[in-house]
Amino acid sequence: MAIDETTVRHVARLARLQLTQAEEERAAAQLGHVLEYIERLKAVDVSGVEPLSFAGDASEAEAAMREDAVRPGLRREDALGGAPEQDGSAFVVPRIIE
Amino acid sequence: MTPSLLPLGELSRAFERGQARPSEVLEQCLSRTARLDGKIHAFLRLTEAEARAAARAADDRRARKAPLSPLDGVPVGLKDLFCQEGVETTAGSRILSGYRPPYDATVVRNLREAGAVLFGKTNMDEFAMGSSTENSAFGPTRNPWDLERSPGGSSGGSAAAVAARLVPGALGTDTGGSIRQPASLSGIAGMKPTYGRVSRYGVVAFASSLDQVGPFAADVRGVALLLRAIAGRDPNDQTSSLRPVPDYDAELEKPVRGLAIGVPKEYFGEGLDPAVEKSVRGGITALEQEGAKVRPISLPNSPHAIAAYYLVATAEASSNLARYDGVRYGVRAQPSGSLLELYEKTRAAGFGAEVKRRILLGTYALSAGYYDAYYLRAQKVRTLIRRDFEDAFALGIDAVASPTSPWAAFRLGEKVDDPLAMYLNDIYTVPVNLAGLPGISIPSGFTESGLPIGLQLVGRPFEEGPLLRLARAAERALALPGRLPPPVQEAG
Repeated sequence: MAIDETTVRHVARLARLQLTQAEEERAAAQLGHVLEYIERLKAVDVSGVEPLSFAGDASEAEAAMREDAVRPGLRREDALGGAPEQDGSAFVVPRIIE
Repeated sequence: MTPSLLPLGELSRAFERGQARPSEVLEQCLSRTARLDGKIHAFLRLTEAEARAAARAADDRRARKAPLSPLDGVPVGLKDLFCQEGVETTAGSRILSGYRPPYDATVVRNLREAGAVLFGKTNMDEFAMGSSTENSAFGPTRNPWDLERSPGGSSGGSAAAVAARLVPGALGTDTGGSIRQPASLSGIAGMKPTYGRVSRYGVVAFASSLDQVGPFAADVRGVALLLRAIAGRDPNDQTSSLRPVPDYDAELEKPVRGLAIGVPKEYFGEGLDPAVEKSVRGGITALEQEGAKVRPISLPNSPHAIAAYYLVATAEASSNLARYDGVRYGVRAQPSGSLLELYEKTRAAGFGAEVKRRILLGTYALSAGYYDAYYLRAQKVRTLIRRDFEDAFALGIDAVASPTSPWAAFRLGEKVDDPLAMYLNDIYTVPVNLAGLPGISIPSGFTESGLPIGLQLVGRPFEEGPLLRLARAAERALALPGRLPPPVQEAG
């Protein structure tokens, strides 16, 4: 399935990825190639088949629920410790409201 | 033999008998790594100081005959996506360079509590996306059996570290084959447990409905000991199972007589290297001679697995990787401009080509108008693939036997520019993740040029015990785990 560069640009914007012109061209070609392979799924008869989204033991899901109890989380300095920019109380980002 | 060269299960016995001391073994591992890892590049960083302190504590416990577990004093490598408090954890990506997690992953805590010596962080394909370890932002890992070849991936660093006996054991993760395929290409044992058997808390996520943590060792007993230590319920991972964890070690030497092995015809078709087929069939015959029953079966939906996998995995990855935005951790592109530009530039500079490719594919598959045609359809095909296995188990099959990979180790650079060819590495491993089943790869032999070949065994959900028993029977019959890769055969 062919995929054009306009579509690649749109998807890249959705994914918050800045691509160079060369990357857009390459992505269009490579994604087209992979999507072509994936097209084979269209030939599979899935009528009446439920989707499988959880591969574990679904019968345990209810028993695995816990009390909604308050527990200590990360300390603020630990949570902020890995940030590229922070002011001791919050993550710092460029101004978004003038 | 130098104790650090022993397979993990035997090293544990040597500790038990007082024939080796943890600190002595750690120093052997460190000096071997210093000598050999310049060539292999299995490790991204070592945690020497912490390891030495842990080994000394283990010395005392071993001397007092009071070990915390059979792993007490055993050096273990960690794929660089397990959070280890205060130790840089990059997931093989530039975007996480310098990130030091403020807490331990549950499996890391489990290993500490078992007395294991945390040795260092191993190389991997960026965010576990790849089958060769060439997608690491920090350079590829080389296969100890042939330094011009890949050890497989994405847990290639862990596999190579164990294959070269830099460490006796290591942990990896397996989303589509990332433990079993590198174990196969590197000539060691590696297991992906049942989905839910091991906690993923503190493990950098790739595709959450598929990811599972598992062990590597040169022998099956080593895999069993590591699995015992990391398996079990974790209140911090809602998907972890409540089922009790059996003593896998106690199962290993039980006879396999009466267990039934299914051989799926779809896994022996076009594209399979004849040398791999011959070796794997030899391994199956060995199990038959040990008393297992062997029957042909069919898993008719297998040919759809790779396509379904690449939709499910990329869709989930595109969502999981949204968190790397230059705000809370990792690196931020400068100058960043507006907030939107900050996100876009940071991700453009921080992610490698394969990660970008998969984020784009996943975002596309989830975008308006395509969800039903792609993601939802893939999830339905997934049901069919799981049913194939359930049908086989309903016929009395205990384990499905096949090659782990269609070929032995390939040359670095050989497949890296062709994403689809790289994806086909995982043709026999991916269905197991889609179905959530346990699978193990063990060595079955070698190609004419001396490259290792792996046999995959896949079991019923939460039946890791019988699977390990079969793997151990094959290992005993084939007598392979003593062999060391020629390029790293020097003593000590």
